[in-house]
Amino acid sequence: MALLEIENLKVYFFTRKGPAKAVDGISFKVAGNETFGLIGESGCGKTTVAMAIMRFVKPPGRIVDGRVSFDGSDLVALNAEGIRGLRGKAISIIRQEAQNALNPVMSIGKQITEIILEHEKVSKDTAWARAKRQLSLVGISEQRVKDYPHEFSGGMKQRAMVAIATACQPRFLILDEPTTGLDVIVQRQLLESINELKTKLHLTSLLISHDLSVIAETCDRVAVMYAGKIVEEAQTVSLYKNPLHPYSKALIGAFPSLKGTKRKLKSIPGAPPLLIDPPAGCRFQPRCNYATQICTSVDPEIRERDGHRVACHLVE
Amino acid sequence: MTTFWEKFKDFLVTLLGNGMGRIGLILIGLIIIAALLAPFLGTVNPQKAGKAADILLAPSAQHWLGTDDLGRDVWSQVIFGSRISMTIGLVTALLTVVSGTLIGLIAGFYGGMVEEVLVRVVDFFMMLPVLPLMIILAAVLGPSLWNIIFVISVISWPTTARVVRSQVLSVKERPYVEASRCIGAGNVKLMLGEILPNVVPLMFAQAVLMITEAIYSEAVLSFLGLGDVTRISWGCMLHFAFESGVMATTPWWIGPPIGCIIMVIVGFSLLGTAISDVLNPGYREMKGI
Amino acid sequence: MQNDDLLRIEHLKKYFPVRKGFLSSAGAGKKSDYVRAVDDISFTLKKREILGFVGESGCGKSTMSRTILRLIEPTGGRIIFKGTEVIGLSKRQFKPLRGKMQMIFQDPFGSLNPRRTVADTMRQTIRIHRLASNREEEASLIHRALEEVELKPAEQYWDKYPALLSGGQLQRVSIGRVLVLQPSFVIADEPISMLDVSVRIGILDLLLRMRDKFGISFIYITHDLVTARYICDRIAIMYLGKIVEIGPAENIVHQPQHPYTQALIAAVPDPDPTVEASQLPIKGYVPMTTAQDLQSCRFFPRCPYAENGCRAELPTMTEVGEGHFVACTKIASQTV
Repeated sequence: MALLEIENLKVYFFTRKGPAKAVDGISFKVAGNETFGLIGESGCGKTTVAMAIMRFVKPPGRIVDGRVSFDGSDLVALNAEGIRGLRGKAISIIRQEAQNALNPVMSIGKQITEIILEHEKVSKDTAWARAKRQLSLVGISEQRVKDYPHEFSGGMKQRAMVAIATACQPRFLILDEPTTGLDVIVQRQLLESINELKTKLHLTSLLISHDLSVIAETCDRVAVMYAGKIVEEAQTVSLYKNPLHPYSKALIGAFPSLKGTKRKLKSIPGAPPLLIDPPAGCRFQPRCNYATQICTSVDPEIRERDGHRVACHLVE
Repeated sequence: MTTFWEKFKDFLVTLLGNGMGRIGLILIGLIIIAALLAPFLGTVNPQKAGKAADILLAPSAQHWLGTDDLGRDVWSQVIFGSRISMTIGLVTALLTVVSGTLIGLIAGFYGGMVEEVLVRVVDFFMMLPVLPLMIILAAVLGPSLWNIIFVISVISWPTTARVVRSQVLSVKERPYVEASRCIGAGNVKLMLGEILPNVVPLMFAQAVLMITEAIYSEAVLSFLGLGDVTRISWGCMLHFAFESGVMATTPWWIGPPIGCIIMVIVGFSLLGTAISDVLNPGYREMKGI
Repeated sequence: MQNDDLLRIEHLKKYFPVRKGFLSSAGAGKKSDYVRAVDDISFTLKKREILGFVGESGCGKSTMSRTILRLIEPTGGRIIFKGTEVIGLSKRQFKPLRGKMQMIFQDPFGSLNPRRTVADTMRQTIRIHRLASNREEEASLIHRALEEVELKPAEQYWDKYPALLSGGQLQRVSIGRVLVLQPSFVIADEPISMLDVSVRIGILDLLLRMRDKFGISFIYITHDLVTARYICDRIAIMYLGKIVEIGPAENIVHQPQHPYTQALIAAVPDPDPTVEASQLPIKGYVPMTTAQDLQSCRFFPRCPYAENGCRAELPTMTEVGEGHFVACTKIASQTV
């Protein structure tokens, strides 16, 4: 049973020049205990998807269409009080460079207890005890529970954010570019902490990144986004070994590796389309090496092949 | 490649397209026309006293805005007063902005001891109480137009210096300044070529503020009787009206000068904001031009 | 010194004093300690070579790049460019050399003055170094540079302001601006870390082309070992202001000797999901050093193989392969 099911989600930003179709008809499912990845470059809409799930989309943006089913109920239709009850308790989010989300004048412990006391009727002592446990869960010494954010390093702040976000044992965790901006060793330690936490708390998660290697290390399944649409969705291993969509192929081809012999890589010429005026037909067509006549006029539907869901005319 | 005049024309058109810019241009335009064409706008010598029978007349066909307590034509006073206000406003703003920017640029760019010393000087000036100082200086130096300009400038330049220094400090850290230094630009080229252009919008905003402050300060000083009585500015008109004791019954005498002071301040404020916006690179894209 | 040595750096140091007291912001006050951003670095850059410097934030690589170009004045050491001592030259003596040692910066959006068009930016460079005697020559230089960095047709980019260009295009303009000077070497400080993934390889390939076509050497500074491997001939690994290992790129990647290098490599995730993540052989979370440890190996607090001897002396470079050096006291004693 899918814990999160997104159906035909559309989020548009209404500007003077017309609506920018940031997310234009996205559908996918995330099963319980699964880690699902969303990969794409800047501007493809992946962060907007996360914002839509948490109902953080602000004007001039609006969820124009679609359903976001969480554990059966539609989050889009929920009223303000309902969604606030879910945020932090059932669904939590960790964002890029979360250090900026930490309140500099409150101790880390206080920020954890704050979220616990907001959602659960427990005593202060219980909340502080849980705060200490949360810190040790992410690999920070319990004695630092009264320390302030400026006393932590960048990586530790990010881990503190994980501690805060998981304080109420949510069932679903969204991670939006959690490792961007971190050094590679710190990144590795953070990912390890998150993986341990996922197992201990039976978390289902959605990981959003532009970095294929981070996705490869953490996700069971992944969807590739381009210009507001999903172009391919598959199991991570299968996507890497057998990418079907030209963009997926190009993206994978743009990631060098340390292993094996050096191979020559190719970048993708051109730039993603303006979301206000996307090209007719397939959005990737202007940059695609294999485009045919139909690609310029008809937007490809999602079809199934080899266990992948692909939106490409060249895939039967 | 566009010439300077084409660029200027473009700039004016964009400015007129901006709502605030339009209103500001109109208001200031009116004042400038009044100042320039003063002798031709149905005016008489504003200082010419009238006959005893012509005192405190309400507006009529002969005197469009009536007369004051010496029989002088109010409309003429208002029109000629625009010259004084504009002169004081523009000259003071020029002096203040130029000196303040220079100090701010040098302090911000060179840093170290130079900056410390200049900042302390600025701080000292900012400590002085504005109104009492203005009054004392004006009283000591005597009531002439140029003394008024001097007094207001002395009070106002520190604000500009501080604001400019702040901006210079932030622009100095931007990567393109370092990139230019790397290419080989020397200190002077960096200050004038990279930092100053990014300070210009701020200078405009400051200039506008200075103009409005200068005109307002002059009005206050004149109202208190410290202004140049030989040239009847709007503030002077209010001074005379107050002294005469009949202010309450002669709205045509005090209304116009007050209205003009407001018009000038509002006009320059809107214009300054609009210019600042339009000069920002990226403004045109944002507006979809 | 061999003939194809373009740049020789000897014992380069940049220390920042930590001052306390009255008027400390103006440069007075007591010095209480130093931040040793660049701590005795020595290396050589050959002609037509791409040398990478890989390290995490705080290791001093950015400070080192600015010190080499005298954007920050070094505290000590020697910088020898084509046989000439650079430190100690006056501003006027240094200016012609400066044109030959250039830099590309990390932030494509911040590196260009937003009030200058692309052509104006290039023109600034040309005029500062008097590379053209009239407007036609200027225009032709600009045109050629834009085409070399693949901004074709040049006319399309001529009058554009930076706000209208993408990150990749902006970085190409920055490269073109430097190209006009025909530099001998260029320091590229994290040139692609702020660009989109699909654009990065294009820029790296452009740098390679600049080396192949014009013979420009590069010092490529990054925290990303993977792209360093893609483009560099040799790689140096930096930690807390020192070089801990240096050698041919493939050797560093496949036979890392220094424990820190090994940790870095183990930490890099692979885009291939079937590759198992390896154990991370490092202790602790943050690089740090205290004043008492000046005579010990800087990596000691985090090294899984550390012994007491490592604290007693500064490790010296040991040759472990052809052109491959490691600064590790333990390895040095084993190689004896």
